[in-house]
Amino acid sequence: MLHRLLTLITKELLLALRDPQSRTLLIMPVILQLALFPLAASLEVKNATLAILNEDGGAESTELVERLARTQAFPHIVMVHSESALRRSIDRQDALLGLQVPVDFSRRLASSQPATIFAVVDGRRSNSAQIAYGYASTIIDDFATERATAAGQPPVSHIVVRNWYNPNLEYRWFMLPVLVSIITTIGSMIVTALSIAREREQGTFDQLLVSPLTPAYIMIGKTVPALVIAMAQGTMVATAAVFVYGVPFHGALALLYLGMLCYGLSLAGIGLFISSMCETQQQAFLGVFTFMVPATTLSGFMAPAENMPIFFQWLNRIDPLSHFIIIVKGLFLKGYGVALIWPNLWPLLAIAAVTMSGAYWMFRRHVA
Amino acid sequence: MTQPSALSWRRLVALCRKESYEIIRDPSSIIIAFVLPVILLVIFGYGVNLDSSAIRIGLLVEDGGVEAARFAATLAATPNLDTRRSTSRPEVEHWLVTGEVRGFVILPPDFSARLARPGTTAPVQLVTDGAEPNTASFVAAYVDGAWAAWSQQRLADRGVDARPAIETIPRYWFNSAAISRHFIVPGSIAVIMTIIGALLTSLVVAREWERGTMEALLSTPVTRSEFLLSKIIPYYALGMAAMLLCLTVSVLLLGVPFRGSLLLLLVFATLFLGSSLGLGLLLSTIMRNQFNAAQAALNAAFLPATMLSGFIYEIAGMPLPIRIATYLVPARYFVEALQTLFQAGFVGAVLLRDFLCLAASAVFFLGITALRTRKRLD
Repeated sequence: MLHRLLTLITKELLLALRDPQSRTLLIMPVILQLALFPLAASLEVKNATLAILNEDGGAESTELVERLARTQAFPHIVMVHSESALRRSIDRQDALLGLQVPVDFSRRLASSQPATIFAVVDGRRSNSAQIAYGYASTIIDDFATERATAAGQPPVSHIVVRNWYNPNLEYRWFMLPVLVSIITTIGSMIVTALSIAREREQGTFDQLLVSPLTPAYIMIGKTVPALVIAMAQGTMVATAAVFVYGVPFHGALALLYLGMLCYGLSLAGIGLFISSMCETQQQAFLGVFTFMVPATTLSGFMAPAENMPIFFQWLNRIDPLSHFIIIVKGLFLKGYGVALIWPNLWPLLAIAAVTMSGAYWMFRRHVA
Repeated sequence: MTQPSALSWRRLVALCRKESYEIIRDPSSIIIAFVLPVILLVIFGYGVNLDSSAIRIGLLVEDGGVEAARFAATLAATPNLDTRRSTSRPEVEHWLVTGEVRGFVILPPDFSARLARPGTTAPVQLVTDGAEPNTASFVAAYVDGAWAAWSQQRLADRGVDARPAIETIPRYWFNSAAISRHFIVPGSIAVIMTIIGALLTSLVVAREWERGTMEALLSTPVTRSEFLLSKIIPYYALGMAAMLLCLTVSVLLLGVPFRGSLLLLLVFATLFLGSSLGLGLLLSTIMRNQFNAAQAALNAAFLPATMLSGFIYEIAGMPLPIRIATYLVPARYFVEALQTLFQAGFVGAVLLRDFLCLAASAVFFLGITALRTRKRLD
């Protein structure tokens, strides 16, 4: 029986790697996403354009504008000369943030009265605009503090910030472990869900059924190649993360593969479940999609799970991807050991047990 | 039948009917057009919430003084922070490593003493979880806000003018409460339309080849343009119906304001569908294999639509080569048009550019597909 199983696994792998078109489609997306994700997917605000309307010509306002122009956060500064021009630059999305320095700014500062600056924030892009606003107000506050210190009123307290695990808050360090997880997801889902649907549509599934292989063996024969492909793709991404993008890997490599294995099993269960319900490749593909888009969206990588309404937080708990992302990120950045992985590993095993037995039951019912 | 002759309405209608039956008969097409958009909109609307409502942080007060207690009280009262008191460093560090908190504040033992002594400054230590960079910067901003409130209150208690020397007053245009849902939901409509346009059509021509029905079609007097139109029209209708459903759900269920003109929205949706249907058909025509065409569509249409369209990730922040690449992504223009139509209403300069670019990409993809469609077996 083992020999037959091996034959089936070999056949599946050959099918996936046989012709150049399929081979390209296994490798190209990984390379494409490796190039895109870490560079494009970032909530950092860089290269933002700041529009400044300085209605006050005084020394203090000029100094503040110069300071804003010197910071790295705003490499492009547009000086506008009327309120309507300021409005237009935000309207057209030429600038992310606008600052208006009122006429009496320098005069009030010089006479030690509180002065005001108005900021116009583009609410259409509220996240990045808020971050940009944060940068600008820090610069303004620093300016005020320095003036106070020079005048003999130094601040009595200050905040010392340390960012652990990622000192410079590099978004790539966050994104690449996520990418390892997503690539593994696509690999194991697509291969399991679509391969059976393809056999059905092409009529070769009946031939499998009349062979001496039992449904359990067919399932194993479809799961193992998917795991092999998914883990190979995951390895590619993890390698590139460390050697190309310089993301530190503090955990044990064996734990990464243990995590991938458990995660791959839980997904293969879902993939097989979908494919046992589907008649055509279109249905299987859409089934994969219906699972994958919500699973990625609710995994907490686009926006933290804490921000979701309670119902979506429950979905987040049963989403295998969210557990796997915590494991991979923990291994890369936080040096997780077995004890720290376990709280997210057992849910994966539980999900795998449920989905695999569900798939087996569906298989027996619909197929055999 | 190699030279395309004039369109025959009878044949076109018949082919469209056949294609429509295929859509209706396969429940998965209906599900993807009418059920999936609603699910996705709700998930994007509620699941992708960038407005941190209450971030959990730890607080360790090692100083027994009054000032430290006051600071702790101010921090606990900050609406965006959910503060948990800890009794030891190992405990609060363990919370951070497991992700139970996204940062912690330590008030060192000499905090009150240093505050009382003139000429020294008392440090507040803040440690954030750099594994979540976006949350980490919000934690820093909120703790900074609490710190500013505390030091102003402290000055006010001493009878010093507590108003800050320079006050910055923000005004949010278009989205006055700065709700991230208001820009994420319009953008996600572009992603959904990409799924319907490119993914569904990537299967249709390849399916005819795989099932052998293409050969049957080749032997009929059907022309190239009739064949292509019959693949485009039913899916266009499906896409537009899904678009209207998305609009209804966004406005009525998710409460996202729509300030633009419905007619313009339909125009932009038509152009965008043109380019994504074109792309899907092109992949299907080239690959002749459903499995491969679907995967290619995933990478050529869905991935750029999520990553490079500016729907979540700001294009201005990307490195130059990728920024240039985004100009080739039709979804970029559709996302921009949708965000403008929903939140700003009408901004002529932005919409005109989006219109021209979307029209060009629709013509490009449909044109290439028409060129690549041959009525030959090889």
